[in-house]
Amino acid sequence: MEKKKTVNLDMKQYGMVLALIAVFIIFAILTGGKNLSPANINNLIMQNGYIVILAVGMLLCVLTGNIDLGVGSIVALCGAAVGIMMVDYKMNMALAILVALAIGIASGMFAGFFIAKLKIPPFVVTLATMLMGRGLTYTLLKAQTKGPLPTDYTYIGAGFLPTVKVAFGSKEIDLVCIIVALVASLLIVLSEIKNIRTKKKYGFAVNPAWQIVLKEAVILLIVWFFFYKLASYNGIPFVLIIMGLLVGIYHFVTSRTVAGRQIYALGGNAKAAQLSGINTESVFFWVYTNMGMLSAIAGIVLSARNASATPKAGDGFELDAIASCYIGGAAAAGGVGTIIGAVVGAFIMGILNNGMSLYGWSTDIQKIVKGAVLLGAVTVDILSKRKKG
Amino acid sequence: MSDYILEMNHITKAFSGVKALDDVNLKVKRGEIHALCGENGAGKSTLMNVLSGVYPFGTYDGDIVYNNEVCKFHSIKESEAKGIVIIHQELALSPFLSVAENVFLGNEQTDIKGVINWTLTRKKAHEMLEKVGLGDENVNAPVNTLGVGKQQLIEIAKAMAKKVELLILDEPTAALNDEESKKLLEIMLELKKQGITCIIISHKLNEIGYVSDAITIIRDGHTIETLEKGKDEFSEDRVIKGMVGRELTNRYPVREDITLGDTIFEVKNWNVYHPDDGDRQIIKDVNLHVKAGEVVGLAGLMGAGRTELAMSIFGRSYGQKISGTILINGKEVTIKSVKDAINNKLAYVSEDRKNYGLVLIDDIKRNMTMAALRNFFSKKGVVNSNEEIVAAEEYRKKINVKTNSINQTVGSLSGGNQQKVVLAKWMLTQPDILILDEPTRGIDVGAKYEIYCIINELAKAGKAVIVISSEMPEIIGTCDRVYIINEGEIAGELKKEEISQERIMQRIMAHNRKGEN
Repeated sequence: MEKKKTVNLDMKQYGMVLALIAVFIIFAILTGGKNLSPANINNLIMQNGYIVILAVGMLLCVLTGNIDLGVGSIVALCGAAVGIMMVDYKMNMALAILVALAIGIASGMFAGFFIAKLKIPPFVVTLATMLMGRGLTYTLLKAQTKGPLPTDYTYIGAGFLPTVKVAFGSKEIDLVCIIVALVASLLIVLSEIKNIRTKKKYGFAVNPAWQIVLKEAVILLIVWFFFYKLASYNGIPFVLIIMGLLVGIYHFVTSRTVAGRQIYALGGNAKAAQLSGINTESVFFWVYTNMGMLSAIAGIVLSARNASATPKAGDGFELDAIASCYIGGAAAAGGVGTIIGAVVGAFIMGILNNGMSLYGWSTDIQKIVKGAVLLGAVTVDILSKRKKG
Repeated sequence: MSDYILEMNHITKAFSGVKALDDVNLKVKRGEIHALCGENGAGKSTLMNVLSGVYPFGTYDGDIVYNNEVCKFHSIKESEAKGIVIIHQELALSPFLSVAENVFLGNEQTDIKGVINWTLTRKKAHEMLEKVGLGDENVNAPVNTLGVGKQQLIEIAKAMAKKVELLILDEPTAALNDEESKKLLEIMLELKKQGITCIIISHKLNEIGYVSDAITIIRDGHTIETLEKGKDEFSEDRVIKGMVGRELTNRYPVREDITLGDTIFEVKNWNVYHPDDGDRQIIKDVNLHVKAGEVVGLAGLMGAGRTELAMSIFGRSYGQKISGTILINGKEVTIKSVKDAINNKLAYVSEDRKNYGLVLIDDIKRNMTMAALRNFFSKKGVVNSNEEIVAAEEYRKKINVKTNSINQTVGSLSGGNQQKVVLAKWMLTQPDILILDEPTRGIDVGAKYEIYCIINELAKAGKAVIVISSEMPEIIGTCDRVYIINEGEIAGELKKEEISQERIMQRIMAHNRKGEN
């Protein structure tokens, strides 16, 4: 590498994003543009919010080479706790949320203790928490739905940020959305410029200008498309804020921090990580504790959206979250995967669900298609790697 | 004209355009032991994979003539049916199955289709074991209860059970100590008497000189020459010359102006017990010290407890009920975890780089900074990836890792380059005391020399270096002083001018006798 000034973009990194766009366009054609409607774009975000939240946590488990089967049950348990506290005991909302989070964290610590300290295989431990969590939820709710939850609370799952509507052509759009989109675009462009500057400062190779411009253009186009659609509807859903924050934080943690690097190292080779001074026990413990906390957040968002807590809530969510990670390029053996990949994976699943519903396919057919997509995505990923080696 | 059991003519094999083998010729006479020598990456294993059908017919050019018949193998099964069996470097035994089951793995002794005849299996397994000198072993014991040396012999027994005519051994003694290696070589000579032809790939040239009748040398995918015992010069230096294409006048770089400083590292009354068995003492009352700028060797047989000693010192990574004190610069320190060890400027380069040293799926850069990340490449837990790239780039050049980019995956590097990455990883933690466990295992002569140079550099910079090695010439060539470890105890200490292979063995034997009395 004798002072090469430019290097091409690694297209494999963006393959999933292209697949996402492709799937979206296919359904736009199939449904005659129904999935492009502002209401549907809004739905897409609100319906998939909790899967994205779970996928973010699940990615960390997948990076260690494991999975957490218990998340669906913990989602239900935390929802049930909120329901009981707020409906039966008329408890203060903030307190109820804190207790629910505490329950999620405690259940994560419970699993983490068995996995990290006692070295019980995560599959077994989380299979147990899945059964126990579900059973506990049914017991607490006496197998009945608890509701309705107050509107203050449902705002978390179904509410929107305040809007400032202005006339735009023939319809009204929300100024807040536009401002947020502007700020986001500015940040994206600035961070890219900063990135290029530091690369130049250290004398590293940069991508050719046209590729950078193209990449940024695509990203900005997606951002503006989404925000324009939201602006034409009810504005920014509160869930989007939660999602955006979590994705941002975890992307930073996994890609830029020592803690994140330790998770990758552990997943790649636990023994080598240990002999490099990484406390693998504590990494395992915190990864599963974190998963518990995110399950609680997902449980709160879900129960808020439904305005009630049901014992069946979150059934099968763990599998959707795991599938999102794998579709997003994470390796089942651990050590490979990104937060952005998992989020894109979650949205591919969401767009498929949504598109097939709009097209009129039953949920039974949807499951077949989702299974096939999962298998296909992972097969392509593995085969393409094999060719290289 | 001699009777050739195998002729491989004009073999050319390319991987995505790069020729791994280019017009290679290999002729093996019936009943001989034929050695294949070459540096890592020269193409030895590729050639054997072509022969055994791992790379099926059609993916290479040239032809294979075996027993005067042109063979087109499409899979290992086809070559095995003809009596060609390859034993790979990594053992292919199923650890929890019994010895007998392993011997007949994939070749089960059955009555009716698919139903195993256990009596016959055990009886025949016993016969096979006798052929490899393991007649006393219990064929019902799980194979993982046996040592590595015996497991290697069981691999051979397994090959014998397949009615082998041509046996290929890829680095059979890499994981064995001198005694076990010797035994394996004797078995090979025994097999030769029974009419079995052998091809052996090995880096241990003394063994090759001892056992083989002919040596074919491969370099960069070309056959260089074939030397025959009795006809050509057969010395180690001659073979090395062929392998590297130049005379290696000195296999060990000369240490210049050795200046020893104060004692910076001391271990006193060190005791360690087996991690699973609290009654078994693995390390007994070990005392040792190392001065700044000194290279100290730990010699001993495999299983003597050297690795266990090193790992128990390095943040208690091995064993339980550990007692004793560690002094650094004369001050007692508590080292309870690897993190403590790193903070106390201790580094340990494992003997097993693939399993304990590297994350093979990750790139060079991240592997290099893995241990130093917390202390040197991050602020408040946030990684400074630019500094990381600069440092990795610096070490890539400094210790000559042969790669296009520090973003290359470590798994795709050769053994020698992987070892350099592990060394860089620990040098980046800026240690004062380095323990190098078998630093040159399984790497070629050229890379070995480079590693010895690095060791010298480290000593010159005033570091205390401890080298664990099973290759005695290596201990002799690199160390200023050597401790001889036997059965978890220090069996003796030799100063630079006293170190010799004979004296080291004498100390071990004397210690063994003491143990018996």
